Amino acid sequence: MSPDSDVKTLTIDEREVSARAGQTVLDVARENEIPIPTLCHLEGLSDVGACRLCLVEIAGSPKLLPACVTTVQEGMQITTDSERLRKHRRTILEMLFAERNHVCSVCVANNHCELQSMAQSMGLTHIRLPYRNAAYDVDASHIRFTVDHNRCILCQRCIRVCAEIEGAHVWDIMNRGTNCLVITDLKDDWGASTCTSCGKCVEVCPTGALFNKARVGSPHPKKPEFLPYLNLMRNA
Amino acid sequence: MSKLKLATVWLDGCSGCHMSFLDLDEKILELAALIDLVYSPLVDAREYPDMVDIALVEGAVASEADLEKIRKVRAHTKTLVAMGDCAVTGNVPAMRNPIGVEAIMKRAYIENATTQQQLPTLGLPKLLPIVQPIHQYVKVDVFLPGCPPSAQTFHAALTALIAGTPLDIPALTRFGA
Ligand code: SF4
Ligand code: FES
Repeated sequence: MSPDSDVKTLTIDEREVSARAGQTVLDVARENEIPIPTLCHLEGLSDVGACRLCLVEIAGSPKLLPACVTTVQEGMQITTDSERLRKHRRTILEMLFAERNHVCSVCVANNHCELQSMAQSMGLTHIRLPYRNAAYDVDASHIRFTVDHNRCILCQRCIRVCAEIEGAHVWDIMNRGTNCLVITDLKDDWGASTCTSCGKCVEVCPTGALFNKARVGSPHPKKPEFLPYLNLMRNA
Repeated sequence: MSKLKLATVWLDGCSGCHMSFLDLDEKILELAALIDLVYSPLVDAREYPDMVDIALVEGAVASEADLEKIRKVRAHTKTLVAMGDCAVTGNVPAMRNPIGVEAIMKRAYIENATTQQQLPTLGLPKLLPIVQPIHQYVKVDVFLPGCPPSAQTFHAALTALIAGTPLDIPALTRFGA
């Protein structure tokens, strides 16, 4: 088979798999039921490689590469699980917990949070790094929704769903590093922004950063499963 | 086999972990056959014993007294267990950290007080500038997250610790559980 053929053969964790050209490593792994942990990836949205949890080893590359934004190549040899990867993924999670204030016990998303369940599935029982203890703003100006930046992991799902699915592009991102914030319009109050109040961002937010005020004090499961269906309908 | 010496310690926490521990109900009798509770808010002992086999520590380190206590506990304990989210992460007590001690004290003793509006000077240990999990000060052997960890978690963890068998904590509990 020639290297430019539409079908690529590669190995993931020493298993031979085939893929279509242009597919991501993550796609192919999932098709083959090989688990790779992800936080910013969401079925139905484009990928941005924001969280780095999906890092994999690729033979011949000294760098670890994010599976969600790495396209398959002929003959690639991919490792999705190793001591080194586990160490990096664990550290990434610890940094997320240490950066802002993720106090699960009093969070509106407790028991329905992807960061919380990811920590558990990665075997995280404590955070070795000292917490930063920084205070971030909470914007409750919208009549139905609140953004609590203390809980934001900057996965940018809200930005993508707003731009790609709702077509409103109200959410965006500003600043860098620990000052990084998701913003509505040009950092206007959410309630005074051009938000269409569709609520898609709340449903895709993996943590308690975006929540529906009506759900405070009751379980707040998020339901991002609607995305692939919306995409299907729009392509029909 | 002589009984293992168990201690439970209460730092800056709401006592919910101790309550959850008591929720073991009749299983406590089972444990009582294997351990002696030598120090705890639940018993009379005033001095921390010379050597304790297992100490369950609830709460974060928030004051100078907490710090002194946890150092003493560490020095006289074989297996130190951080029990619950306050001990493990700082949890709710640590929510004061971005606000600062001065503002918190003012709020509690002056702004919210209707009589005797003054900061206490006697009988209260000095607060540390920030509340931190135990492992920021002393070595912790076992982390048992949860707010609070459930009685089943306590049972599984203690049974394993007493018997010296492997303990898979993430299978039992998590932050906020
Ligand atoms: S608000 Fe939620 S969806 Fe948006 S970037 Fe933060 S964590 Fe992600
Ligand atoms: S899922 Fe790939 S970087 Fe977040």
